[in-house]
Amino acid sequence: MKFGIIVFPGSNCDHDCYHAAKHIFGQHAEYIWHKDTNLNGYDCIILPGGFSYGDYLRTGAIARFSPVMNDVIMFAKRGGLVIGICNGFQILAEAGLLPGVLMRNRDLRFICKAVHIKVENNETVFTSAYKKGEVLSMPIAHADGNYFADAETVKRLEDNNQIIFRYVNANGQMTEDANPNGSINNIAAIINEKGNVFGTMPHPERACESILGGEDGRGVFEGILSQMSNVKAQMPKN
Amino acid sequence: MKNHSITTDIISQHGLTQEEYKKILDVLGREPNMLELGIFSVMWSEHCSYKSSKVHLRNFPTTGKYVLQGPGENAGIVDIGDGLAVAFKMESHNHPSYIEPYQGAATGVGGILRDIFTMGARPIASLNSLRFGSFEHPKTKYLLSGVVSGIAGYGNCVGVPTVGGEVYFHESYNGNCLVNAMTVGIMKTSKIFKGIATGVGNPVMYVGSKTGRDGIHGATMASDVFGEGGEERRPTVQVGDPFTEKLLLEACLEVFKTDYIVGIQDMGAAGLTSSSVEMASRGNTGIDIDVSNVPRREEGMTPYEVMLSESQERMLMVVKKGCEDKVKEIFHKWDLEAVAVGMVTDSGLLRIAERDEIVAMIPVKFLTDKAPVYKRALKMPDWQDTVQSLNLKDIPEPVEKMEVEKMRSLEDEKKNSTSQPLNLSTSDILLKLLSSPNIASKEWIYRQYDHMVRTDTVVLPGSDAAVVRIKGTQKALAMTADCNSRYCYLDPWTGGAIAVAEAARNLVCSGAKPIALTDCLNFGNPERPEIMWQFEQSILGMTEACKRFDIPVISGNVSLYNETSGASIYPTPTVGMVGLIENVGQHVTQWFKTEGDVIILLGDTKEELGGSEYLKIMHKLDKGKPPHLDLNAEKRVQEACLEAIQDGIIKSAHDCSEGGIAVALAECCISSSYDPIGAEITLPGLGTDLKSVPSVRTDALLFGESQSRIVVSIAREDVARFMSIADQFGIPAIVIGKVGGERLRINGIIDSSLDELKAAWTGSLEKLLKG
Repeated sequence: MKFGIIVFPGSNCDHDCYHAAKHIFGQHAEYIWHKDTNLNGYDCIILPGGFSYGDYLRTGAIARFSPVMNDVIMFAKRGGLVIGICNGFQILAEAGLLPGVLMRNRDLRFICKAVHIKVENNETVFTSAYKKGEVLSMPIAHADGNYFADAETVKRLEDNNQIIFRYVNANGQMTEDANPNGSINNIAAIINEKGNVFGTMPHPERACESILGGEDGRGVFEGILSQMSNVKAQMPKN
Repeated sequence: MKNHSITTDIISQHGLTQEEYKKILDVLGREPNMLELGIFSVMWSEHCSYKSSKVHLRNFPTTGKYVLQGPGENAGIVDIGDGLAVAFKMESHNHPSYIEPYQGAATGVGGILRDIFTMGARPIASLNSLRFGSFEHPKTKYLLSGVVSGIAGYGNCVGVPTVGGEVYFHESYNGNCLVNAMTVGIMKTSKIFKGIATGVGNPVMYVGSKTGRDGIHGATMASDVFGEGGEERRPTVQVGDPFTEKLLLEACLEVFKTDYIVGIQDMGAAGLTSSSVEMASRGNTGIDIDVSNVPRREEGMTPYEVMLSESQERMLMVVKKGCEDKVKEIFHKWDLEAVAVGMVTDSGLLRIAERDEIVAMIPVKFLTDKAPVYKRALKMPDWQDTVQSLNLKDIPEPVEKMEVEKMRSLEDEKKNSTSQPLNLSTSDILLKLLSSPNIASKEWIYRQYDHMVRTDTVVLPGSDAAVVRIKGTQKALAMTADCNSRYCYLDPWTGGAIAVAEAARNLVCSGAKPIALTDCLNFGNPERPEIMWQFEQSILGMTEACKRFDIPVISGNVSLYNETSGASIYPTPTVGMVGLIENVGQHVTQWFKTEGDVIILLGDTKEELGGSEYLKIMHKLDKGKPPHLDLNAEKRVQEACLEAIQDGIIKSAHDCSEGGIAVALAECCISSSYDPIGAEITLPGLGTDLKSVPSVRTDALLFGESQSRIVVSIAREDVARFMSIADQFGIPAIVIGKVGGERLRINGIIDSSLDELKAAWTGSLEKLLKG
């Protein structure tokens, strides 16, 4: 299958996502410049981490106006798979493809470390390779990962099983201590109602090789690959 | 050329002495105008000219089999095989960071990144070496917090992982913190770019951010001591824009794939002036610049301001004639300006015009080769002997826990606590050392740095050295920054040699062969003979170690005048070193791995407490001679360790440094990000009964910092093989215990649970910051 990795000015995990898709999972992968507007032929679009537009104004707030974003929205509407990792998640939230916002971390500092997260819903394309309730270790690296949404939205997310990962401790308990950034309900990753747009603050692409300390991120890619033929059949032709 | 009368005041405001001004008159054969005076002042500043340090820097070995570029360029380069090369350098941003910690540190990172990618290399990792005053000093927390945020803010945004470094606290830095930033980059040997202006008629292009009035005379400031009110110099500190840097980085790497570029240089200290002058000087050419073409942020800037601005994120390039539009196209793609501002000439002159009017004209070589070179007076400080004298008999020894309890109860009875010198047990002392700011875990700091971006960081911060793999090859690079400035204060020669030895030892402990080093020499006012003596001695010590270990110095930076109101920092010659691991699978970390593994100590333990962290923390003394360093023994220990690692039999290796073997062992138990693991240790010469201790005192055995020692752990079946390697290199290796259990026990006199050790070590820095 073919991954497209969008390069905004200031993206800096673009190479890492490319490496994961192309060299670890042996798939086709291409960079898509943010001014390009043709997403035909891609199966999955990744909005990588980084500091698009320097995170000036507000994370993701400028990137959402990049020319490619209209096409990402169209692509998502057609049912195409979209993953936003870290800054990519922030951009998806700004673009309205995912509900809620990502605010400054609770202690106002950048945090880079491996955290424990629990798979809350494994019935999605992005998590089908995991077991429900499985505790994973994945790195986070962000200053603005404090997920927030109004009570009604959070309730809807909870009711619809749209919360995919939650910050937990090593034993899988959802505690305040295990919440690195102050996210409401320890939310680390969510999905849209339709199930094709996935936003995650933890970086799966950083956890795909044992030499880097862990492989718990592989499941995200493996899930996509194993379900792809299925999804492809449902996708309208361009 | 219009002229203003140049008064004595103006000359000294430019940081020039009257003698230097006379020299300007001599070489120029006339009075300079204000712009020319400004240009001379920055080019002849300590920062740009190395006028006080040059004669000593010549001692360093700078060549070697693998050296492709030694000192004198934006960064040094070494060949690592497979058509790849590594560029790296370290640079100081001390003065700006003290004045404005966030921006000072951030722009320090920005500057060193540009030094690396201007050579054609993609930056793959950054490190830093930081020094702050004591935690009791009111500015320390503010500076630490600001500097760390600044490094994080800039480095994280650019997307280069900050993978390692060192942080020390000492009162000698109360009025003058140190921020030394290092970046390592990787490139093809066939695509190396240099800061050179050749090809008469080739256009000189300006790329990157617009020029503003920030940072005018930063280089001059960095070449001066602080008095009271240094904060008023804030306008000379530049403001960084890491986003533009990221664009500049990607645009430059894209343009480097073409053959349009003749030479390129970062506009760092002294901005447009030093970049144009240095490029022309290296190319033996001249450069004409029309300042009216320079993109500006502000209206009404004078040629003086444009030429001396230190606005960040700018580069100067010499482009092949006719390729201007193609270069512009690449930069425009990245939303950056690229403007032709001048031309390479054969005049040998730096000629600055503002439209039709020539506003400055100086022979390039006057600014570089004719810059003053000082052989400044040297004198060993009068106090040197006094600080070196230390009689261990005056230092009370620690006692056993039971005796401590006895003493405490006696104290309670007498209600007299003044007479007891040291009523802490050895276990208590270990906990105290582990929680002291210089030894405690630096996680609070490195957690704020993205140390994983680029998915190459194999060994994260927290081991002896960081290890970064090179995708597409089996290779990895290990990197570290080291200096113990207390040793340098007590004996600058030995301190300098130990900085090199320890950096190399750290790399070896990670499984790497050291290949080259960069340095950042931070000292006080060179006009004081005592400071120059420290400088000279440190360099001689480093030189000796470099030669013995065959590690060339490929780049570096000198930062002098690090003093406030007459109080100088401790001499701090920071060493940044890079080592090569041919097979990334063979890297090693410092923490114990498996229950039952055998723990072996390489190297001799001597009765040495001079300059130790123990003496400082427990007895408040910066005294004695630093530990003895036998360079031959050091070399053999490192060779043996590396051989065993390459043999695949070493499970963990950790250098013994601050806090001695007790701290090293504790770190082996608790520093892993996995579950901690205990150890049962019996150090020979140390019975459970303290009275039976032979010649080496308990505290020296446990906390002394004897050099050339490494703690390794090995599977039981490999011990014989390891011992034969040690034997072959003729180094002492003794089995001191085995891995396992829930406690660290040393001869029954240290007995601490892993939880206790971890609690003391991990949260301490954060507690100190909040307290």
